[in-house]
Amino acid sequence: MIQIYFFYFFAVITILSAVFVVFANNPVHSVLWLITSFFGVAGFFILLGAEFLALILMIVYVGALAVLFLFVVMMLNISFDGLRTGIVQYLPFGLLIGMLILAELLLALVPWDFKDRAFINIATPLDKSDSNSVALGKVIYTEYFFIFQSAGIILLIAMIGSIVLTLRKRPHVKRQNVISQIYRDPNDSIEVIDVKPGEGI
Amino acid sequence: MVALENYLVVSAILLVIGVFGIFLNRKNVIIVLMSLELILAAVNINFVAFSVFLGDLVGQVFTMFILTVAAAEASIGLAILVCFYRLRSSIFVDEANTMKG
Repeated sequence: MIQIYFFYFFAVITILSAVFVVFANNPVHSVLWLITSFFGVAGFFILLGAEFLALILMIVYVGALAVLFLFVVMMLNISFDGLRTGIVQYLPFGLLIGMLILAELLLALVPWDFKDRAFINIATPLDKSDSNSVALGKVIYTEYFFIFQSAGIILLIAMIGSIVLTLRKRPHVKRQNVISQIYRDPNDSIEVIDVKPGEGI
Repeated sequence: MVALENYLVVSAILLVIGVFGIFLNRKNVIIVLMSLELILAAVNINFVAFSVFLGDLVGQVFTMFILTVAAAEASIGLAILVCFYRLRSSIFVDEANTMKG
């Protein structure tokens, strides 16, 4: 019974903060509401018994992604006043599309019941004796190893791409040239000159 | 145990808020990216709920994959945004019309 209360608690948190993400005037507030919304989603995952994903969601979204958003919002020195113009113009169309999608999704809300045939096609049955992390680990590193590796490659490509996109060489900035420092030879750079007294060089 | 339909309702509402946010904040790319994250979170709730109620672990594996793709997409999107800001000193996407597309 207490699960129901927690479910409604997380639902209210998630949906209210999602609304505030969309309607906040300041993008910094939007990012903070996004963090709250993901806390709610992580709560759902805990309720469902997928605690590994809940913690991953915390680490990835709250720890990394939200901080990335915050950095970008604070790094770009923008006035956000003009960015909300045209909101009245887009409002009816957005409401129309939103209501259409919501109506279509709510059509699926008959009491849900899986047919017996659905259970035949289960690829990896959920083993209740293992904890969620152990069960996921057993599956990820065996059956879905290639998906796991390709997720890593996707992250690598994203990292390379964002570095390449944001790296810039400015013309008048002096940088350290490590290669030339390493290959510098004392014989080339130091010369011993025998200066005779009274003559100068 | 909370019924499956409750999770479906919440995820449907979250997805609609995300779509609505994309339409409403079309000029502010940062909030559009955040709305995309909301949509992906809604999809994740659906995946995990079905995974648990069907007793199949694949949904959770797929959710991890979605998390990866979402992180990659957000980082690349923000990098493009930083590039655009350096070129134009603003993030008005309406000014991105060099190619006359």
